[in-house]
Amino acid sequence: MKYVNEKDINEEIKWAQINTDILQSLQNPRKAYWIAIAVCLAMLSCAVVAEVYQYQTGLGVADLNRPHMWGLYIATFIFWIGMSHSGTLLSAILHIIHADWRKPIYRFAEAMTTFSLMTAGFFPMIHLGRMWNLYWVIPYVSDRGIWPNFRSPLVWDAFAITTYLTSSALFLFIGMIPDLAICRDNVTGWRRKLYTVLSLGWQGTDRQWRHFRKTYMLMACFLIPLAVSVHSIVSSDFAMSIMPGWHVTSFPPYFVAGALYSGCAAIITLFILLRYFFRLEEYMTVALMEKTCKLTFAIAMVWTYLNLVEFGATWYGHDPVAKEVLISKFVGPFAPYFWAMMFFGSVLPFALAFEKLRRHMATMMVVSILLNVGMWLERWMIVGPTLSHAYAPEAWNFMWPSIVQWAIVFGSFGWFGLLFLIFVKVFPCVSMYEVKEMVFHRRREAHAEVAEKFHRRAADVQQATGRPSAEGA
Amino acid sequence: MSLDNILTNWSRYRKGAEEGGFHEYEHQWGMVVDLNKCIGCNACSVACYAENNLPVVGEKRCGKNQAMNWLRIERYWDEPDLAPYEAIPTANVDAWIEGNPPAKKTELKPSMPSSYLPGLLEQDGQSFEQRVGFDGTKSEFQDFGASFLPMMCQQCHAATCEPVCPVAATYHTPDGLNAQVYNRCIGSRYCSNNCPYRLRYFNFWSYYEDAWPEPLHMQLNPDLSVRDKGVMEKCTFCIQRIRVAKDKAKMEDRKVIDGEFSTACVQTCPTGALVFGDMQNPESQVSKLWSYHQVERGKTKQNKENKELRGYRILEGLNTDPSVLYLERVREV
Repeated sequence: MKYVNEKDINEEIKWAQINTDILQSLQNPRKAYWIAIAVCLAMLSCAVVAEVYQYQTGLGVADLNRPHMWGLYIATFIFWIGMSHSGTLLSAILHIIHADWRKPIYRFAEAMTTFSLMTAGFFPMIHLGRMWNLYWVIPYVSDRGIWPNFRSPLVWDAFAITTYLTSSALFLFIGMIPDLAICRDNVTGWRRKLYTVLSLGWQGTDRQWRHFRKTYMLMACFLIPLAVSVHSIVSSDFAMSIMPGWHVTSFPPYFVAGALYSGCAAIITLFILLRYFFRLEEYMTVALMEKTCKLTFAIAMVWTYLNLVEFGATWYGHDPVAKEVLISKFVGPFAPYFWAMMFFGSVLPFALAFEKLRRHMATMMVVSILLNVGMWLERWMIVGPTLSHAYAPEAWNFMWPSIVQWAIVFGSFGWFGLLFLIFVKVFPCVSMYEVKEMVFHRRREAHAEVAEKFHRRAADVQQATGRPSAEGA
Repeated sequence: MSLDNILTNWSRYRKGAEEGGFHEYEHQWGMVVDLNKCIGCNACSVACYAENNLPVVGEKRCGKNQAMNWLRIERYWDEPDLAPYEAIPTANVDAWIEGNPPAKKTELKPSMPSSYLPGLLEQDGQSFEQRVGFDGTKSEFQDFGASFLPMMCQQCHAATCEPVCPVAATYHTPDGLNAQVYNRCIGSRYCSNNCPYRLRYFNFWSYYEDAWPEPLHMQLNPDLSVRDKGVMEKCTFCIQRIRVAKDKAKMEDRKVIDGEFSTACVQTCPTGALVFGDMQNPESQVSKLWSYHQVERGKTKQNKENKELRGYRILEGLNTDPSVLYLERVREV
């Protein structure tokens, strides 16, 4: 229990110091940064080559086949959509419940939300047979009078993702305005022009702050139900179908829990990377890390519970075909991946229950990446086994993804990494004004505590001696 | 774009959602498949290839399950309890060949036909007994015979593929058919994932480049298109033939006569196992068969007075309401 009194943040830190520390992360990149950019570009180019080849030749090169019409593309799509949810959780939900420990770490989580949504959006396009006709999903007013089919969950997907992407990008931007003004006042050259435009004439007047607070709170309130609905709608792609293993009522909460889970795990990974690369140990403290880990652990348990509910409902539901799918997960060709998912998703999070491990950065780096591997496997275990084991025994099949699918999935991580790397160099990845608020509140709390102790002691002295103490006077 | 205009004309735009449930149809094209008569010869499948410009994808792609057979013959090995062990004709095939069928069932003891086509039966260094598992090891193939199940699109009335298509490329025609608009399809493949029968086929490749090398392109049916990559396709009950017949009937100011035309598979079936027609016409062979076998549309379970009647629909319990009636295969044991 020796860590109990450790602080979320050093409250004695000076405001000017905060500005200096965060702005140094926008300074000239180190060598490691350029290496990371090069790696991400290389990964991305793998995907681009694979996609161009697939676009030219047809989806056959992905080795998709008749029962396996969706492959890694849709699995990875759900994965990226899921990863986007914790930015909202961390910044919006914790914002409206006044959990101020979110303040130093929410900015990059929101950026993660926006960029993983931008990554996710590619996958439905890539997987389309005729992606040049993608716009037919949008209800534009055409003289043919043909609208999309509003009964289809794929159309809801398109609406939900677009709305969520727009809103979370706006949320990220709005929350950054005071910081952009700080940047504007501290830089020169092209950056000054950029920040001048983006900070929208922020002066920090009372009137501006009042409007800012209202807008920010409004956006937070708007985003929370939106985030829940987005992943519920993604789960509807499966739950609205008739296929065994997909036709499950508990899918929406299950998907939302999984989304928050993988998002939290990704936050831990990026937390450690940023802390190390930008030397932000002062702000991304071990105490905050612990809180994030506890949150992740709680969500992991929710996810595990919903998983067990799903298995139990299928098993005792006595639908022979759904049961067949479940059994094929347990012992069929997907069994290694299924059990790996169960291990990484449900057993490994118990590592987060140990204080020693939670506080060990290298361990948490590995654990958080493995948690996300487990969550990726979960998405694959949703898409794959049902397609391979459905009603028609003639079509029972097993599909191993071809190198084209793997390359595109691999490259999506490069695309996400590239966007994220550019973001953290152009925009402050720690919210300066909110950290100042946090420091201010904590300092006042600490002072109040000292004062209270002081007064209590004065009262004690008075009671004991019968006269006002020199201290109390 | 006034609000009134939108509210009034809203339903006009909702093309995908406006159909559904039961309607007054012009026709209801349906089929009956008599499994007693089906011999699994695949002629229907070949006819479908020729009629509908289906690409022959080649061995490699076929092995990857990317074949385009709109009508496929599924083969199921018979369950052992369908044919008792004694009744295997091969068990006493010598007697059968000599024209002396076994007089009593008891003669059909599990004696092995060692003299029966010995060269064929011994493969890979294994005797027939070993290969069929008569020596106690597991069988590579079954020895009780096979059943054949011709599977074409079931043209469900409550089709699971229809509501999930994001662009409403698949819809219900006034003929009660489950149609696919190839030009509208963007290839999300949700319909195929949601088809419990797995009867929707996707153009994974641009087959027109290699499926009909010259001069084979001369055999393409000019009445319908060749689909490009990224398009979902399926059995249409030869809608091009339906259209021609309807047009002709309209010009002659009469109704379509039963048997006036039929689909390619029905036309080709050598045993007459397939029957096609309009179920709204009470005189048609199809509707007579449906009513004889006491199978009704729009039900997930049939209440037959006579339990011996053979008619059933596949996965009827899912409430997809298919338009294809199968007549069970019956065998003496």
